[in-house]
Amino acid sequence: MPETTKRIISLTINGTRHEDAISDNLLLVDYLREDKRLTGTKQGCDGGECGACTVLVDGQSRISCITLAASCHGCDIHTIEGQAQNGRLSAVQRAFHEHLGTQCGFCTPGMIMAAEGLLRRSANPDDDEIRAALGGNLCRCTGYVKIIKSVRAAAEALQ
Amino acid sequence: MSETLPGFRLTQPESVDQAVAAMRAEPDSRFLAGGTDLIVNMRRGLAEPKNLIDLNGIAELRSITQDVDGLHIGAAQTLREIGEDEDIRHRYCAVAQACDVIAGPGHRNVATVGGNLCLDTRCLYYNQSHWWRKSNNFCLKYKGDICHVAPVGKRCRAPFCGDLAPVLMVHGAEIELAGPDGRRRIALADLYEEDGADHLRLAPQEFIVSVHVPPVDAASVRSGYAKVRVRGAIDFPLAGTAVLCNKHDNGSMVFVVALTGTNSRPFLLGGVDPVAPGQNLDEAFDQLEKLVQKQVSPQRTTTTAAHYRRLAVAALTRRLARELAADLADG
Ligand SMILES: Cc1cc2nc3c(=O)[nH]c(=O)nc-3n(C[C@H](O)[C@H](O)[C@H](O)COP(=O)(O)OP(=O)(O)OC[C@H]3O[C@@H](n4cnc5c(N)ncnc54)[C@H](O)[C@@H]3O)c2cc1C
Ligand code: FES
Ligand code: FES
Repeated sequence: MPETTKRIISLTINGTRHEDAISDNLLLVDYLREDKRLTGTKQGCDGGECGACTVLVDGQSRISCITLAASCHGCDIHTIEGQAQNGRLSAVQRAFHEHLGTQCGFCTPGMIMAAEGLLRRSANPDDDEIRAALGGNLCRCTGYVKIIKSVRAAAEALQ
Repeated sequence: MSETLPGFRLTQPESVDQAVAAMRAEPDSRFLAGGTDLIVNMRRGLAEPKNLIDLNGIAELRSITQDVDGLHIGAAQTLREIGEDEDIRHRYCAVAQACDVIAGPGHRNVATVGGNLCLDTRCLYYNQSHWWRKSNNFCLKYKGDICHVAPVGKRCRAPFCGDLAPVLMVHGAEIELAGPDGRRRIALADLYEEDGADHLRLAPQEFIVSVHVPPVDAASVRSGYAKVRVRGAIDFPLAGTAVLCNKHDNGSMVFVVALTGTNSRPFLLGGVDPVAPGQNLDEAFDQLEKLVQKQVSPQRTTTTAAHYRRLAVAALTRRLARELAADLADG
């Protein structure tokens, strides 16, 4: 195996500063799940196709399974673990819970982070905008209708 | 911890010269932009570069500007930024339309125009895991010696499936390249070769610095992009068509068409006659549809039938040309 160099990255995850020595070839999803033990972010495919691993990097949705951790030096990262505050679900989490936007739950962390990214830049999205923002996230259970409804409900709750 | 990617070193140059020097120092390196194609391929064992040269930190590659010579886009500009640019949406409509339908939003936040133009070709027998390909004795494109799509042929038939190349081609784009021998500028159409295993005519160690698109007169030009795909999101084009319609002062009309997803290179449709003032437009649309059917060459590289892709992309071209011509007539 070719030589891999190590480097120090410093970044913020859910508001907390981290500094770590990582290999250049480490993927963001593996850094979060295995180094940081933040296993809420899921890995659902063999690379880039399902959106289960979606997190926010500097406010934008990113596919962490094809993102190098090294490229996130200096970035502000948000994962599903950072959404509930002081034991209270975020508006998006609550809406998914109340409107049955989640069934088996595997796609849910990615869906919620993609929805969170949308609502941060567009407070009152219409259904087309919601569909477009979640266009990279697959769900095998819900049929999507209740997911769209949940995001709409979250937007209304935040108004 | 298990490693998902093979080992490599990441080099992060801050200028074009530093990137050229990094490539000269380690010629087996690969350039990395958004990584939404390369990292996926590396995960599947389709590339094992020892060194990746990250182009994202080079300021010259990250800009969109307009002047009298037209539109200039840095190669590391993201699809999201390009697609959201108001002026591009207005004047270079096809470019914005293509950006909007590439992959998913999480990809577009980092995927770049340079990476899209240099996208690897794709095939049912290639974009698979290592064990899948190994059990099939690999293929002509990588590690094997037979093309499972056209076993008697000696050429890889994997199609180029990038959505931006055809739209930039109908707008007459040129690209600026940098490499060990300095810089040069070529027509985008000349970047490509009809060979699925070696489809880019880049000199060794060369990379795209920027894309240049001539100015557009919004009063007389319309352009659009349409693609056939299995789902309405995420999917690569089974076939895609870009059409530009230009109405001249004397009332004549010229259609420029470029296609993707059907051949190992994106290409400009040949033999399109200009439409004389007063000529029946339906005849022109018939001609476009027939020319597309004749010049595309889809193979059994997807689970969708090649014949369907041929007919669908020809029909889409016709529909798009009709819509653009009607839009121009309405002013
Ligand atoms: C699920 C999924 C769906 C997708 N759907 C589509 C789709 O519908 N349409 C589509 O067109 N693409 C699609 N893609 C592919 C990809 O996301 C885009 O083509 C993207 O624009 C590639 O750009 P990038 O910056 O991520 O390229 P990278 O992955 O960084 O690079 C791609 C290739 O280009 C080379 N390269 C990068 N920049 C340069 C440069 N400046 N000069 C020379 N070489 C360079 C790299 O070395 C590499 O070989 C999809 C990908 C995934 C994972
Ligand atoms: S796990 Fe990242 S897209 Fe499927
Ligand atoms: S809830 Fe099961 S995959 Fe979406």
